[in-house]
Amino acid sequence: MPEIFCYGKDCDHPPVSGSSALEVRDLNFSYGNKKDLVLDSVNLTIKPGEKVAFVGPNGAGKSTLMNLILGLEPLQSGSIRVFGHNSISCRHRVAMVPQKNSVDWQFPVTVREVVTMGRYVHLGWYKRPGKKDREAVDRAMETMEITNIADRQVGALSGGQQQRVMLARTLAHDADLLLLDEPLNHVDIATQELIFHTMEKLCDQGKAVLVSTHDLGILTVHFSRALFLDKSIIADGAVKDVLTPENIARAYGFEFHKNKELTPWLNGS
Amino acid sequence: MVEWILEPLQFGFFQRGLLAGIIVAVSCGILSGFIVWRGMAFIGDALAHAVLPGIVISIVLGIHVLIGALAAAVLSVLGIATLTQHKGFKEDTAIGVIFSGAFALGILLMTRVASYKDLSHILFGNILGVSNLDVILISVVGVLVMIGVFIFYKELLVTSFDPTHAKAIGLNPQMIHFALLVLVAATTVLATQTVGVVLVMALLVTPAATASLLVRKLKWIIALSIVFASASILCGFYLSYYYDLASGATIVLVLTGMFIICFILSRFRSR
Repeated sequence: MPEIFCYGKDCDHPPVSGSSALEVRDLNFSYGNKKDLVLDSVNLTIKPGEKVAFVGPNGAGKSTLMNLILGLEPLQSGSIRVFGHNSISCRHRVAMVPQKNSVDWQFPVTVREVVTMGRYVHLGWYKRPGKKDREAVDRAMETMEITNIADRQVGALSGGQQQRVMLARTLAHDADLLLLDEPLNHVDIATQELIFHTMEKLCDQGKAVLVSTHDLGILTVHFSRALFLDKSIIADGAVKDVLTPENIARAYGFEFHKNKELTPWLNGS
Repeated sequence: MVEWILEPLQFGFFQRGLLAGIIVAVSCGILSGFIVWRGMAFIGDALAHAVLPGIVISIVLGIHVLIGALAAAVLSVLGIATLTQHKGFKEDTAIGVIFSGAFALGILLMTRVASYKDLSHILFGNILGVSNLDVILISVVGVLVMIGVFIFYKELLVTSFDPTHAKAIGLNPQMIHFALLVLVAATTVLATQTVGVVLVMALLVTPAATASLLVRKLKWIIALSIVFASASILCGFYLSYYYDLASGATIVLVLTGMFIICFILSRFRSR
């Protein structure tokens, strides 16, 4: 198992100069059945400092693409480069704020312990968090304004607070490409604002952020560029060009309603 | 009172049993937090049953029972690993198939080769019948469990809370899970010596369940679990020495009693 050897290994490749933050080329992917492609010749480029919204219907492959970028699924064809490197050979550079249901919130860990998990990628086997790690954790918690709840168990927090904890963990990870999977679901307005404010600061530092979302209102306010994915990239550009009525209908499955009156609730979102 | 405590300590069998019991308590206490919060209670119980054929076969072959039991436990864990990894079965299905089969094999072998005396010791434990060799083996395995959890604590923590993140930073959550299962298996084998196959689940689950009523941080849960498990073993020891009670059942009932007290306390506190 090769992945066991790269845990905690120092990343000694600096970003390739002039490279994109993320470059996906001719990516195909399927689960099991080769004919049933989840991703079909996906091509996209994100530059350092860019903040991109990622929209598309349920099952369009947004989470799959994020998982592939993170190296959670093996590549089948095509290539994914993060700052000029395979993301798997340099895991420091990418981090994800996962959808909330992928985490066991009842597990007895505190906020500080969860944020510290963002440092593990730099520590590796046997090493314990040192002074530098504790400082990074403190800074991340301050940025997300959760220092006052550092010793609370994460299951006892509100949805907004939990999302702040996950973003703080990503800050402690100190990645250069951040993937946020539906970070705005069940989150209060103050937290939303804090998330966007933090993302802007990160982009100013030359980091890149890809945010999948269903919230079109937020999209038009906070993003200048959007990507529409439905197995392949359908539209890519300024938010107003991507959010055409056709695309919105497609993303929310409106055609489906028209054809089969009884089933909109089966389509669930 | 002091005499009451010191009197049995002059006997070698009592000292050995006490030492073995405390090591078992510490090992169980350490793993208990993970077993409860990773939802592994079923597997602890199943492992305890699956070691039976190993125990019986080692009696037949004349080797130490702990070695046979350990081998059976590790083989069972490899069995579930194979079924879940390569055939896509859910873990509880794999556990159900493998462990009930192993237990049945154990029963069949036992009725053919072992006497009732061996049988009751295996099923219900015999903490006052611990030999020097037992103590040495229990110590070795116990220390390995402690070191294992201490060294890999952070990896155990992250794979429990967020396996996706663990995978994204290059860990293999499945492998960590199976390593943990091997530790649980080893501890289960030790614990059968003290409380027996039937009641071993209590030592693996109840300490952390009790601790979780009082604290909500894994390190504290583990610390309190060690205290609860050790206290129950001490009580079980003295009660079975003075009143000739079955040691395994006494230990488990003391644990259950502590759980009930803490449950009532936590109800009052949350009001």
